[in-house]
Amino acid sequence: MDKKNNIHVRRLEENIFKSLMVFSTGAIVLALALILWTVIRKGLPHLSLGMLTQAPKSGYYLGKDGGILNAILGSLYLTGGAALLAILVSLPVVLYLNVYLKKGSPLAYIARFSFDILWGIPSIVYGAFGFTIMLLFGVKSSLLGGMIAVTFLIFPIMSRSMDEVVRMVPGELMDASYALGATKLETAFKVVVRQALPGISTAVLISFGRGIGDAASLIFTAGFTDSLPTSLLAPAATLPLAIFFQFGTPMPEVQGRAYASALTLTLIILVISVAARLLTRKFTKHVV
Amino acid sequence: MLLKPNVSVHNLNVFYGKDHVLHDVSVEIPNKKITVIIGPSGCGKTTLLKSFNRLIDSVDGVKVTGEVLVDGENIYDPKAEVTHIRKKMGLLSQRPYPLPMSIYDNVAYGPRLCGEKNKKKLDRIVEHFLHTASLWDEVKDKLNSPAARLSVGQQQRLCLARGLAVGPEIILGDEPTSALDPKSSKHIEERFMELKQYYTIILVTHILRQAKRLADYVLFLYMGRLIEHGPAKEIFENPKEKMTKEYIQGIIS
Repeated sequence: MDKKNNIHVRRLEENIFKSLMVFSTGAIVLALALILWTVIRKGLPHLSLGMLTQAPKSGYYLGKDGGILNAILGSLYLTGGAALLAILVSLPVVLYLNVYLKKGSPLAYIARFSFDILWGIPSIVYGAFGFTIMLLFGVKSSLLGGMIAVTFLIFPIMSRSMDEVVRMVPGELMDASYALGATKLETAFKVVVRQALPGISTAVLISFGRGIGDAASLIFTAGFTDSLPTSLLAPAATLPLAIFFQFGTPMPEVQGRAYASALTLTLIILVISVAARLLTRKFTKHVV
Repeated sequence: MLLKPNVSVHNLNVFYGKDHVLHDVSVEIPNKKITVIIGPSGCGKTTLLKSFNRLIDSVDGVKVTGEVLVDGENIYDPKAEVTHIRKKMGLLSQRPYPLPMSIYDNVAYGPRLCGEKNKKKLDRIVEHFLHTASLWDEVKDKLNSPAARLSVGQQQRLCLARGLAVGPEIILGDEPTSALDPKSSKHIEERFMELKQYYTIILVTHILRQAKRLADYVLFLYMGRLIEHGPAKEIFENPKEKMTKEYIQGIIS
C-alpha cells in the first residue's frame, strides 16, 4: 500500500472513532439532561415549602395536605448511618489489602473478586438477606434494619472504589514513610489516607448516592411510616419508597408530588456532592 | 580502622522469588566516608542499598540469607525491631517523594513518630535540618505550604532534611540526583561532601563521573556479584579485576 493512501485511511479511522466517542459522550449528557428536565418540569410546580417541612397528614396520599419530611429525614438518617458503618468496614479492609498485603497476594485477589461479585448483586437480594438476619435476631422493620441492609448494599461499592484510589498511592511514598521509622499503621493513616483522601471521599459520595436512591433493599427492612423517625428500632420512611407509593396512586396531584419528591432526592444528592467536594478540596492541598 | 564499622555485610544473598539477585556479598562499609556502589543497570545496586534498611521487605516473594550488621546488630535477626533500624538511616530515593503534608510537617514527621510533641523543640529541629540541607532560606516564609509545591530539586533537599531529622548515623542515597537538573544535582552533591564528616554515606549511582567526584570507597557490582571493592583511588586508577577495568573504561556498561 502506498504511503499516501495509508495516511488517508488512518485519518478516516481517526475521524470515525472520534465521532463515535463524541456521540457517546453527547448521548450520556443528553440522557442526564432529559431525566433532570422531566423531574424538574413535572416536579417543580408541586414542590412547596409545606411539602418539605411537614409529615404526611391523613389523606396525603389521596391528595390532601402534608409533606414528605418523614421520608427526607428517614433517608438522611438511614443512608448517613449506613455510609458511616460502611466506612468503618471499608477503610480497614482497603488499608489491609494495600498496605499490609503484598501486591500478588492471593487473599487480596479473592477479596477484590468478592467485592466485584457483591457489587453486582441486586439490591432486593440485600433486602431479603437483611430481612432474614433481622428475623434471626427478632428485629422488626426499622431504621436500624434498613441501615444494615443499605450498609451491605454499599459496602462493596465503597470498598472497591476506595481500593482503586488507594492502589494508586505510589509504593515509594510508603517506602519514604517506612524509611523514617514509621510502622505500617502510622504510614496507612498519616500518609496513605491523606494522599488518597480525594478519591476516598468520592468513593463515600458514590456509595451515599447509590444508597439514598435505593428502594428495593428497604421494602422489607425499613418499613414505612407517616411519622418522623425518632427511634432506631421503629420503622422509618424513606424517599425512594415515598416516591414509589406516590407514583402508585391514580391521582395526578399525588403523582406530581412523586416527581417533586424525586426532585428533592436529586437536590439532596447534588448538595451533598458539592459540599463534600468543597470540603475535600480544603483538605487536599497537600496531596503529592 | 579503629572504629567498628556501622555497616558490615556477611554472605548476603537475596532472592526475588526464583531470581537470585545478590550472590554472597560480604563487605565492610567504612564510617564517615562516602561509599559509592557502581555497576550497570539491574546488577543489584538498589537491592543491596535497600537491604541495609530492610526496605526490600516489601518486595514480593523476597528471601534473604546471610547477615547485615548495623552497629553490631544483625538487622535480619527475627527479633530485630525494623522501625528502630530504619531510624538509624536516612534515605534519598531516585525521585523525591515528599509526604502529603506541609514543608514543616515533612521534617517534623520522623521526630513526631519518636514522640516529640514539644512545639519549640520541633521548631528548632525543623529549622536546624532545613539549614543543614541548605533549604531554609528558600522556604522559611512558607513552612506551612504544601511540600508538593516545591521544585523537584528543593523537594530532594527537603527529603534530605526530613531524613536527617530522625537523627540517623547513615545516609542512603539511591541515585538521588537522577531526577534533578544539573544545578540541583550539584547542590545535593555539595551537601554530601559536607555531611560526610558526621555521617556514613552510601550512594548508588550509575554515573561514573559522579562516583569519581564523590567516592572515598567504591563497591563494583556486576550481575548480582560484588566483583571488587576498595578505596576510590585504587578502584578508579588501578582496578585488580578485568571486569572493573572494562566498566570504568566504558567497554561494558
